[in-house]
Amino acid sequence: MDYTLLAFYAFAVAAVLSAGAVVGVRNPVQAALFLVLTFFTVACTWILAGAEFLGLALVVVYVGAVMVLFLFVVMMLDIDVARMREGYVRYLPVGLLVAVAMLAEMLALIGVRARSAVPFADNAAHAAAAGDVPNTTWLARALFTDFLLPFEVAAVILTVAVVAAVMLTLRRRVGAKHQNPLEQGRVRASDRFRMVKMEATRKPAAPDAPADEVAP
Amino acid sequence: MPDVNMPYNGLMISRSVLLAIVLAPLLGAIVAGLFRKQVGRAGAAGVTIAGVAVSCALSCWVLWQLVGQGAPPFNENVYTWFKVGGLESHVGFMVDKLTAMMMVVVTFVSLLVHVYTIGYMAEDDGYQRFFSYISLFTFSMLMLVMANNFMQLFFGWEAVGLVSYLLIGFWFKRPTAVFANLKAFLVNRVGDFGFILGIAAVLYWFGTLDYATVFANAPTIDGLTVAVFSGHEWSVATLICICLFVGAMGKSAQVPLHVWLPDSMEGPTPISALIHAATMVTAGIFMVARMSPLFELSETALNLVLFIGATTAFFTGLIGIVQNDIKRVIAYSTLSQLGYMTVALGVSAYSAAVYHLMTHAFFKALLFLGAGSVIIAMHHEQDMRRMGGLRRYMPVTFWTMLVGTLALVGTPFFSGFYSKDTIIEAAAEHAHEAGNWVATYGYWAVLLGAFVTAFYSFRLLYLTFFGEERFRQVAHDDHDHAHAHEHHGAHEPHESPWVVTLPLVLLAIPSVVIGFLTIGPMLFGSDVMGHAKQLPFFLGAIDVPAARDVVGKLAAEFHGPVAFALHGFMAPAFWLALAGFALATAMYWWKPELHHKARRLFSWPVRVLEDKYGFDTLWIDGFAGGGLRLGKLSRKADERLIDGLFVNGSARLVDFSAGLLRRTQSGYLYHYAFAMILGLIGLLAVLLRYWH
Amino acid sequence: MTALATGLALGHFLALGAALFCIAVAGIFLNRKNVIVLLMCIELMLLAVNINFIGFSRQLGDPAGQVFVFFILTVAAAEAAIGLAILVTLFRNRRTIDVADIDSLKG
Repeated sequence: MDYTLLAFYAFAVAAVLSAGAVVGVRNPVQAALFLVLTFFTVACTWILAGAEFLGLALVVVYVGAVMVLFLFVVMMLDIDVARMREGYVRYLPVGLLVAVAMLAEMLALIGVRARSAVPFADNAAHAAAAGDVPNTTWLARALFTDFLLPFEVAAVILTVAVVAAVMLTLRRRVGAKHQNPLEQGRVRASDRFRMVKMEATRKPAAPDAPADEVAP
Repeated sequence: MPDVNMPYNGLMISRSVLLAIVLAPLLGAIVAGLFRKQVGRAGAAGVTIAGVAVSCALSCWVLWQLVGQGAPPFNENVYTWFKVGGLESHVGFMVDKLTAMMMVVVTFVSLLVHVYTIGYMAEDDGYQRFFSYISLFTFSMLMLVMANNFMQLFFGWEAVGLVSYLLIGFWFKRPTAVFANLKAFLVNRVGDFGFILGIAAVLYWFGTLDYATVFANAPTIDGLTVAVFSGHEWSVATLICICLFVGAMGKSAQVPLHVWLPDSMEGPTPISALIHAATMVTAGIFMVARMSPLFELSETALNLVLFIGATTAFFTGLIGIVQNDIKRVIAYSTLSQLGYMTVALGVSAYSAAVYHLMTHAFFKALLFLGAGSVIIAMHHEQDMRRMGGLRRYMPVTFWTMLVGTLALVGTPFFSGFYSKDTIIEAAAEHAHEAGNWVATYGYWAVLLGAFVTAFYSFRLLYLTFFGEERFRQVAHDDHDHAHAHEHHGAHEPHESPWVVTLPLVLLAIPSVVIGFLTIGPMLFGSDVMGHAKQLPFFLGAIDVPAARDVVGKLAAEFHGPVAFALHGFMAPAFWLALAGFALATAMYWWKPELHHKARRLFSWPVRVLEDKYGFDTLWIDGFAGGGLRLGKLSRKADERLIDGLFVNGSARLVDFSAGLLRRTQSGYLYHYAFAMILGLIGLLAVLLRYWH
Repeated sequence: MTALATGLALGHFLALGAALFCIAVAGIFLNRKNVIVLLMCIELMLLAVNINFIGFSRQLGDPAGQVFVFFILTVAAAEAAIGLAILVTLFRNRRTIDVADIDSLKG
């Protein structure tokens, strides 16, 4: 018995089931959590395939960031759970039918049996390419040489995404105080500062003298 | 061709003379029509009369040159209009004796009508316009008769049709006049359609439209046939002649295209005299006579001509019996006489037809102008039932109309007798020779027509000039005329002014004497008194093969006009005319109540005649109505089928399908995703099927 | 069962990817009331694609597959962030996250 294969089956079944749960459960919080589980199990399968870096990246980035964000939003929005499920059962047959049809076609196309022929363990191509180098090193070598430009572009994409997200959701609250550096930079001395000339000592007050001393 | 017996010492007919003849009336028409303000009423009349007088004088001179001086016929092109490919079109004149005779008749009658108009249209607002139109008509008719090619003939043909339209509808504010002028023009159009097919056929088979060339080459089409409808061969000569004759049927008002002539009486009386008696309607007769070389090639066409002519001669005369409008009686009489001329053409007696055309022009114009004189006296009352006993008040009119009537019925020694009797004898000769049923029918039609002619003519005279004065019984303001009439004085009728009666007298003279004087020289190739052989008048203009030359055969038996007339007293035609006279006298003068009784007794035939055998119904409800219904049908087809089904229907289809398709734009994300998935499934299926 | 007897091979990964993809598709179609679940299904689809890439990368020994997964991860994160921002704005304006209510583009 091939333990690798067995493990794969266990993880795959778990992934499929939890994916089904994502779609099936009523509570969106539960759905999000099930999605987290899906990601975890899939990450495990990736590790089985030898892509350790990506498996861990999946957990760290996806689960750690994206799914947390999802949960954030889910809990922030005040959702009426009761109204959620109307109409679900009506469309279930059609949806299932469509999904099953598609799955059947894809599997047929893939030719599951044919593809199941050469196991990974005996795969010569991978052994030749990767060799003794750890996966991370192997990936890094490819990423920072052949794919450097896409790498930088990906960074730009992320930056743009940040800006966009902020632009979409930023609200100015009434009464909140903010600093505006632009305004701050444009200030002139005369806006803030007023020179008043005054004598260091004062003569005894003549009846008409005080009016002159107060300079505008 | 030159007359070899007579030394030629006169002037040649020159181009300028002919141009002057044609253009003088045109000039008069332009001045009177376009410069009305500048010339005034008297000026308009003067200019046009001067123009036509010049034409008349010069036409008489031309005729004298041809007849008296033996000048050769003139045939020249004056102006080349266009040369396209093989077709050349010119303006040219062919003046031989036939043309010269027509020119004299046209200009003479036109001149008299011009003078007459001064009196007749004196109180009309359109005085100057009328003069312009009748001068224009004279120009058009002269172009027609003097043409030397088919194109110019057709130009003249159409032009006289146009002017006729303008003149019939002269009082254009009257709905009946407008209806009549449209009817005339449209019925003429039907005839012109056949005519132009005939001209096109001539062009096709002869390659030219020039008379001289066509007639010289006429024998080439003898025996030629063409398959008009596949499998049926028609003789080319027959085809051409029938098509040309259809044009003549329209213009000369033969059955069934005769319906426009009685309606044309809506126009003023002078034009009824000029156009619809003497000249325009005779254009068809002239044309067939001119085309005699072609018609002689087709016996079928001649038989058709004979048949149509005979039908017209007899049956339209019958309608004249029941008419109450004085002008309508004379109109139907014209139709009948045109039928006589056509019968003469049909029996190949072309010269007799043209001769009758000439004499008829004189006495028919006389009758119309006389009727016009009566109408003026009756303050534009035209119903004979409201006339009577006028001979005391209008002696000149009465006597001239009596002369005209005697000429019309064929009283021996009067001009009408000579021409009409020649036709009847020619028909008899032809029936004897040819022996077919058409010829026999033709003979009986013209013979019995003599009875009918006499009956209605004398009926007219009795109702108008004899008997009790019924006009005194009519209420004063019961008038039926177009223009306002200021004269509310005594309704005592009186003789018309000299401008009206002088033309009557001038026309009465030829109505009496011209037959006597010209029958020898013109028809039978002898001198006036019937002695000594001369060349026939129409030699060169009208050519008939000896075997079919009916007139030539009659010439052999001609012994002078006196003998002819005396012989006429024994002829059956005379006895029939006498019977008609007797019957009319009995019913309308001697015992007037008889005609009322007869009307009641023969009410059914009278109704058929009053309905004009239903021809108007046939044309107006049948053909025109059919055309209208077809138009309505195609309008429905256009509205329902093309507009409704194709245009609106395609729009509705687009609308409908768009309405269906918009349901896919539900706005719901999951629907869109579903659609994508379905597409994806489809693609996968295709991939599955065709991969490997 | 031959599939059990032989070792882990490409076909297994592809089958898993297909299964997850189809579940996600069904989820988009069936879910009509919750935009958040919609977004989660999109993440699932991306995950399925990633599985495919990993499988092929292992099969062919080509790092390009894993690099691609790297980028897909990046872009998916960005997309999730923006998607949720849109969702928040939508909720602020409409007070609902019902998919059936978002039909302004109805034809």
